[in-house]
Amino acid sequence: MDLTNYNNRDISKDYRYVKVDPIPTTPWEKFKRVVKRTFSCELFVGLWIVFREMIKFNIHTVQYPAEKLPISPRYRAIHKLLRLMESGNERCIGCGLCEKICIANCIRMDTKIDENSRKAVTEYTINFGRCIFCGYCAEVCPELAIVHGGDYENASEQRAHFALKEDMLTPIDIFKAGKQKEFPGFGALSKNADENVKKTPLAY
Amino acid sequence: MCTTTGFIIETVIKLLVILLVFSALAGFATYIERKVLAFMQRRLGPMNVGPYGILQVLADGIKLFSKEDIVPQNSVKPIFKIAPIIAAASAFTAMAAIPFLPEFTIFGHTVQPIVADINVGVLYVLGVMAIGMYAPLLAGMASSNKWSLLGAARTVIQFLSFEVVTGLSIIAPLMMVGSLSLIDINDYQAGGMQNWLIWSQPIAFILFLLSGYAETNRTPFDLLEHEAEIVSGYATEYSGMRWGLFFIGEYANMFTVAFLVSIIFLGGYNPWGFIPGGIAILLKVSFFIFLFLWVRAAWPHVRPDQLMWLFWKVLMPIAVVNILITGLLLM
Repeated sequence: MDLTNYNNRDISKDYRYVKVDPIPTTPWEKFKRVVKRTFSCELFVGLWIVFREMIKFNIHTVQYPAEKLPISPRYRAIHKLLRLMESGNERCIGCGLCEKICIANCIRMDTKIDENSRKAVTEYTINFGRCIFCGYCAEVCPELAIVHGGDYENASEQRAHFALKEDMLTPIDIFKAGKQKEFPGFGALSKNADENVKKTPLAY
Repeated sequence: MCTTTGFIIETVIKLLVILLVFSALAGFATYIERKVLAFMQRRLGPMNVGPYGILQVLADGIKLFSKEDIVPQNSVKPIFKIAPIIAAASAFTAMAAIPFLPEFTIFGHTVQPIVADINVGVLYVLGVMAIGMYAPLLAGMASSNKWSLLGAARTVIQFLSFEVVTGLSIIAPLMMVGSLSLIDINDYQAGGMQNWLIWSQPIAFILFLLSGYAETNRTPFDLLEHEAEIVSGYATEYSGMRWGLFFIGEYANMFTVAFLVSIIFLGGYNPWGFIPGGIAILLKVSFFIFLFLWVRAAWPHVRPDQLMWLFWKVLMPIAVVNILITGLLLM
């Protein structure tokens, strides 16, 4: 989705100034206003406007469960843990930055050294009763592993639903079908990220 | 003996038909109201219960019937319980003197679709409808709730304001007809559109329509239950079927006023061009019901002081002058 409409905050070109008549003070002026309003049929203008809208039948209702509005790519809903594009391994390297930066103190992770002597994340939970969806975890993540998804319908029987690692991690079959979406929002790489990268001179 | 029994049976059938038809219409009118208001505000209105939400009325009815019946602790309980019954009963009682359709014959038996053709029909209808204002008054005063009390106070000022204009505005056409029976008024306008009383009494028509809106507590005169100011007015403490009775009463009153205006000013059930009388009056009533909803979508409420200003200082003098001019022209 193109972000220009989200970045343009200046709406002053659409301002329209409404002309307001001076407020009458003397009884004669008040009487004149009543007569003017009565015989200029202002009431019928109101009737005509709503009738016109009914005839036009330009309905703005979104029938919610059946239809949904597109949400902004920067929308911060329930988190997702992504996988690496090539191998399908988890992106999370267990650095713990998200746990550190979380101002609601709701992220907990558990790591171990696995058999290949790499750091592996065994547990990763977010307490959504505490999470304020500030987006700091997604912004601080160096690997773009923890991101915000678009799942805003989080009614559930259990508070813990959505919150465990297996709930947030992209399932391997969905990943293999190529359906893991790259996150365009908070903390994501900009489009011209490649241009900004300075190549490290390799001396060896 | 046989004719008396037949008369009683016929009247009972008429009563049942009116009660059932207008209860159902009151329910259906809520659906129409929600739809029309929604379309005028670029919404869809109820869509989920049944095709295009048409069964929403049923769902609402079931909800109203199965709700807990709450009577507040400090209320005056007998009056609190009787007030909604006054609302519904007076609204249906007022319909007794209204001829809904022209005479028709069914199974070789001529039926007059009016329960009682009394010679003071208009007076009776207006009187019983005015009794209906006791319902919000008593409900508001018995609820022991300040919003309800404010609603009741507003009932009184609204009643005192519109009832004068209702009476005075209707005097001018009655002077021309010379009878208070609605059937006589209807027959006076026989013979086509040019005989309708709206052409000779346009001011009385507007005044009567305005006070009809005040009488049925509809926008722009719905001070009694003005949500933004006094929560729900006299009905704040009511729930379930007691509240439903107020609702049925309000919609039945809307139909009564629509029938009254159609009969007194718009030629009633006389044939209208090629349209037969029965369909003509239904068309007129439907238009006035639509006008009630249309006005609700378009116009803001008035304040209580504006209401009193409008009725006492503007409409009442106009009504009196209208009577004077009509009297001079009739002499």
